[in-house]
Amino acid sequence: MGYLDGFRVTFMKLFEERVTTEYPKEKRPKPSRFHGRHVLNRYEDGMEKCIGCELCAGVCPAQCIYVRGADNPEADPVSPGERYGYVYEINYLRCIHCDLCVEACPTEAITESKLFEFSFANRADAIYTKAELVVDDEGLPRRQPWELWHKGDDVATSGWMRATASAGNPDYENRIGWSGELGYGVRTPEKGQHRGTNSGDDH
Amino acid sequence: MTGDPLYLDGVDLTDVGITIVKVLVAFTFLLIATMFMVWFERKLISDMQNRIGPNVAGPWGLLQTFADGVKFFFKEDLRPENADPLVFRLAPYISAVTAFLSFAIVPIGGSFGGDSSGTVTIFGRETYLQVADPPIGILLLLAMSSVAVYGVMLAGWASGSKYPLIGSVRASAQAISYEAALGMATVVVVVLAGTLSTHGIVAAQSGGFSRWFLVSSGIVPFIVFLIAATAELNRPPFDLVEAEQELVGGFHTEYSSIRFALFFLAEFMNVITMSAIMVTLFFGGPAGPIFFGMTWLWPTMWFLLKVLAFLFVFVWFRATLPRLRYDQLMHLGWKLLIPLILFWLMFISLKELRAAYDWNWVVTYGAALVALAIGASLLVVALRAGDRAYQEELEEV
Repeated sequence: MGYLDGFRVTFMKLFEERVTTEYPKEKRPKPSRFHGRHVLNRYEDGMEKCIGCELCAGVCPAQCIYVRGADNPEADPVSPGERYGYVYEINYLRCIHCDLCVEACPTEAITESKLFEFSFANRADAIYTKAELVVDDEGLPRRQPWELWHKGDDVATSGWMRATASAGNPDYENRIGWSGELGYGVRTPEKGQHRGTNSGDDH
Repeated sequence: MTGDPLYLDGVDLTDVGITIVKVLVAFTFLLIATMFMVWFERKLISDMQNRIGPNVAGPWGLLQTFADGVKFFFKEDLRPENADPLVFRLAPYISAVTAFLSFAIVPIGGSFGGDSSGTVTIFGRETYLQVADPPIGILLLLAMSSVAVYGVMLAGWASGSKYPLIGSVRASAQAISYEAALGMATVVVVVLAGTLSTHGIVAAQSGGFSRWFLVSSGIVPFIVFLIAATAELNRPPFDLVEAEQELVGGFHTEYSSIRFALFFLAEFMNVITMSAIMVTLFFGGPAGPIFFGMTWLWPTMWFLLKVLAFLFVFVWFRATLPRLRYDQLMHLGWKLLIPLILFWLMFISLKELRAAYDWNWVVTYGAALVALAIGASLLVVALRAGDRAYQEELEEV
């Protein structure tokens, strides 16, 4: 029919299934590497992973991270090594959840959780300080009163790291390359990124 | 004698009352129909794009337009510093008022054919089911759609801003180009009906499907009218006037609040009016089989059904066709539609003349064919030359 073919296409669409998810009413399961709000992880012995190097702040394209490092107090060190994150703030009015901070972090201190349903009544609340970001003694994120949590959102806080070949190199599949976490120990690797092996895992 | 029988024996208070009631009913009907047209369009276009569309305000989102209207009322009304204050404020009303006025001539009911002449009896008075049946009839539509261009043009000009100005310049060029085709398609119907009055046009189509001007004018005028009407309404694929991707919002970029709502209202109201006019001109208006009981209701129902079908078609156009480029728009209008409808008009006129004066078949159509051949070849030569010049121009660019 030439020019008129398009009319048939649009008309047949009337009888097709709708693709819309009506968000607040129904919620789709999140992908395993979903970028939500951050957490600051701790080692299995309770020490903080953050060493206050400010690489995350330097790489952040939205400039939403503010970090000040300080020397560890000798009597009661916060992190293993010389320095620790003395001030750590993320402004969620600016954060674009690109995960560059997570990739930049040399100690896997900062990762992103699945939590994204939060809103604030004032600008000060939008700035998460260290007290709100560091995981609690079970290794779980601390729940803020303005956050909406769903089952399982709080446990999968470092899902992306379990990709065993984060640089896309299949040689590293199933070779664990990160340190243990408080509450979890060394997490088991993801299936990997080899073509075909990870299919269906993201839903 | 033509004209509404209501006024034939002098005008008294009852006549005035009936007229006022008719005006109010038409006004309210059109407003509510426009409200649901906006909803209908949004819902249907969503369906054609695998989406859901408005579904929160009221059942199936029916009150979405109402909610939008309330929102518009409470929005701040901005006027750009460079705008011409008077004209800027006047333009939306020109658009809205002309949209209302053209609907007045549409017969929306009454049974035609046989011995009934499309009248109904209200309060013991015979009258037509249309607000007005002026002797100039369908010319009012053409006049109003021409005046409506002023609304768009003045809005763009008075905004004191460049995109609205470009949009309104496009609008005037487009409207002038397509009004010729629209007018001539209407003239074909007028020639066949022998009257300008819309009531007369509907009456001339009474008596079965084959009497509809869609059939007896040979479909071509209808198609030309449909395309020209779409262009006249500035609807996709002819929405160059608004062209969001190029002109922000076209002529209404600088409008906000209730002034913008008036343009919006006028646009959708024009769609309904144009559909109603097409039903009147080509689809026998309220004609249709009348079954049991409620004999006065059936014609109105048929009329509404036909209008609804056209509303569907307009939304369907929007869902399917991509916007034309500006030169394509002009080519389609001037080089295809106008010559086509011009030939068709002459042919139909000749046919009517031959029937009226009982001219010889062979001589009439032979002469017509010769004239047609000469005209067509001249036109082809002219178009070829024009195309060549155009191609050269394109290559230079």
